[in-house]
Amino acid sequence: MLEVEKISVNFGGIKPVDQFDLSLQKGELVGLIGPNGAGKTTVFNLLTGVYTPTEGKITLEGKLISNLKPFQIAKKGITRTFQNIRLFKSMTVIENVKVAFDNRINYSILDRLFNNKKYKDQEQWLHEEAMKILDIFDLGEYAEEQSMNLPYGKQRKLEIARALAGDPKILLLDEPAAGMNPQETLELRETIKLIRKQFDITILLIEHDMNFVMDICERLVVIEYGKIIAKGTPNEIKHNERVINAYLGQGA
Amino acid sequence: MELFIQQIINGLHIGSIYALIALGYTMVYGIVKLINFAHGDVMMVGAYTAFVGITVLDLSIGMALLLAVIVCSVLGVTIEKIAYKPLRNAPRMWALITAIGVSFFLQSLIMILFGAGTKPFPSFASSPIKIGNLQVSQITIVSVAIAVILMVFLELFIKKTRLGKAMRASSEDSQAASLMGISVNRTISLAFFIGSALAAIGGVLFVVAYPQVKPMMGVMPGLKAFIAAVLGGIGIIPGAMLGGFTLGFIESFTKGFVSSFWPPATLWADAVLFSVLIIVLLIKPTGILGKNIREKV
Amino acid sequence: MKSNTTTKFLAISIITYAILAACMETGVSNGYISGIIVSILINIIMAVSLAFVTGYLGELVLGHAGFMGIGAYVSAIITMNMDLPMFIEFPLAIICGGIFAALVGILIGIPALRLRGDYLGIITLGFGEIIRIVLNNLKITNGAQGLSGVSSYSNFTITFIVVILTIVVLYKIINSRQGRVVVAIRENEIAADCVGISTFYYKTMAFSIAALFAGIGGGLYAHYHTVINPTSFGFTLSIEYLIIVVLGGMGNLFGTILAGIILGVLNEALRGFSEYRTIVYSLVLIAIMISRSKGITLQTIKSKFNIKLPTKKQRQEFASKGV
Repeated sequence: MLEVEKISVNFGGIKPVDQFDLSLQKGELVGLIGPNGAGKTTVFNLLTGVYTPTEGKITLEGKLISNLKPFQIAKKGITRTFQNIRLFKSMTVIENVKVAFDNRINYSILDRLFNNKKYKDQEQWLHEEAMKILDIFDLGEYAEEQSMNLPYGKQRKLEIARALAGDPKILLLDEPAAGMNPQETLELRETIKLIRKQFDITILLIEHDMNFVMDICERLVVIEYGKIIAKGTPNEIKHNERVINAYLGQGA
Repeated sequence: MELFIQQIINGLHIGSIYALIALGYTMVYGIVKLINFAHGDVMMVGAYTAFVGITVLDLSIGMALLLAVIVCSVLGVTIEKIAYKPLRNAPRMWALITAIGVSFFLQSLIMILFGAGTKPFPSFASSPIKIGNLQVSQITIVSVAIAVILMVFLELFIKKTRLGKAMRASSEDSQAASLMGISVNRTISLAFFIGSALAAIGGVLFVVAYPQVKPMMGVMPGLKAFIAAVLGGIGIIPGAMLGGFTLGFIESFTKGFVSSFWPPATLWADAVLFSVLIIVLLIKPTGILGKNIREKV
Repeated sequence: MKSNTTTKFLAISIITYAILAACMETGVSNGYISGIIVSILINIIMAVSLAFVTGYLGELVLGHAGFMGIGAYVSAIITMNMDLPMFIEFPLAIICGGIFAALVGILIGIPALRLRGDYLGIITLGFGEIIRIVLNNLKITNGAQGLSGVSSYSNFTITFIVVILTIVVLYKIINSRQGRVVVAIRENEIAADCVGISTFYYKTMAFSIAALFAGIGGGLYAHYHTVINPTSFGFTLSIEYLIIVVLGGMGNLFGTILAGIILGVLNEALRGFSEYRTIVYSLVLIAIMISRSKGITLQTIKSKFNIKLPTKKQRQEFASKGV
């Protein structure tokens, strides 16, 4: 459903991503791995429109998206989380999720001013849906807390919940387990399995925790210096010499 | 054609003054990211000091200039220590409001001391130098020369000396600079010291060119100098100079040249200035010499 | 508004109105004092609308008075050239003034809102000054002399009602999906973008709503003072409104209202000091900022204007990881 054809990006002579290819099938869970600075997050930024590729193209279900802005791509069905958590800090947990629902409600300012039925119904629906998503992530009890007061692991979860609220077809997770303790990582693994089942969704994730990646992903793409050096099942990657040299050889 | 060249000369003159004031804005913004709204008023204090020096203390213009430099540089450093330093880690909007407060304070202080009205500054009538049909006043030549020499010195200071390099480093990344053992406090004081001294010189050159002083005289030149700094790329020393001269040219051309065939141009001169600023910012948001910074995601 | 907030707010408004009106009726407050009260009320309209962009959207605007000027001139020109009963032409003029200001707001916002932070501040300053210069040079605005003999339609009651309406409308917008998105953009623009929010659309919307109310405030101003000229709407006035917003705690409507009242009263109280007034005012301003009493509420924008420090919990987290 997602086809990435030879995309590159050029920042004043430096190419953090060079001729990157990727093809995602519906329902897959694919891992994007590589050493620090390999260009993984840049790939995410290209897929979500934060950066525009200087070469190549990206299509989602046959439609070109590589020329679109982030909010347009999000509406088409690709949402993401961020390596350095980007919550709406001073807003409550539930509000964070509600913001992401904004494209699914449409009452106008006038509807709001007159407190009419449309406004009330939509806000009611919104509240219920947002609570449903929070409950999946066991965040329901924190709904009214300021999001910046959540512990780190829960902030990461909230970011995933927020990304799911936009009803995406593809979810991009940028180091979802970073900074989590083993218990939290274990929970996260279960949560990801759960959302795959519940939301019928395709996931691409970046992660450094190899146990996590090997256990959860069906397919892996390895990049180094912006270029793909290997593709395959976790088992194939484990025994790929180039990958071992480039990455796993570092003692990971 | 003569009119045209005359306007280039006028542009150089007023542009050099804007550039001197703009340097203070740019140095301060570069390090503390504060739009120092009081900077134009420091320049005004410089003009008043020279005024007192000449009319009351009977100093020569050179000594009056020196006095203005001393008073303003001390004033600049003091303002930073008292009013801005406590707010260094506060939201930036607060520091902005404080700067506005300082600006009000200086204006009202001068108003109390000297009255709200305009006072004539002793003029230095000198026979203009004639080159063909062109007239260049000695004041213009001296002003431009002083400004250019100061800018060259400043550029050398920033590029070659240890203190100058420390300033540039703090401007790039003050946290990293302080980790490398640079005293950010001292660098900030230095920026205010140099900036205010230059503002004093700019102020004196300004009153010599337009011989009168009034408490609000710093507002418009201050605003324009600030625009000059933004135009050239704020935080960048050569940018302030480029912006200052650009602004000087635009102003003298709309007022002196365009108005010769379209009289209302004088009234629209400031609108032209602001339009140029807007256009430049829209094309290149960080100013003519500014670097584009990509936000890390 | 939640129903009890609404009731409370309406009750307070009615009581305030009754007390002020009674003072005016019985002569406790003379014409001079009512003048100050109306000025404060207009300042509140200006400040809460500016608070919407600067506090809630988090964008620095240094040209708010320009929109006020547009509203003042447009409405004054309408009432001066129409010959309709007051109750028709006055509301019409005020609304047209507001709408015109909002349209100019959209026109300015479309290019300007591509910039952020101080740069947006500077560009709005530029536009504000251009508006003033245009008003200064057009024939229809009567140049530097401005317009005089504008019908004296605004009074305490009308201004009070408009203030209440402005506050209610802004409060409701802030507590709507639109307001939620506006705050989200302030908190993290990239994240908002990546969940499918057209940040540009919402920024322009917020900007034009603020301009709308500024225009309405300008209309009231013109029909209260009956004389307007371009210098009334310069950069200094924009700064005055910004001061109120910052003292009011930025993202806080009621703090802004309180700050507007306190600053207005302070300004008058200092009149006894005659020429020392501005010096005391400026010292008080600096002292307030330094002593970090932070205006009236502690709510401030953390992510946008503060240096980003990890929260206490994050710091503990880092410490536990040995970072």
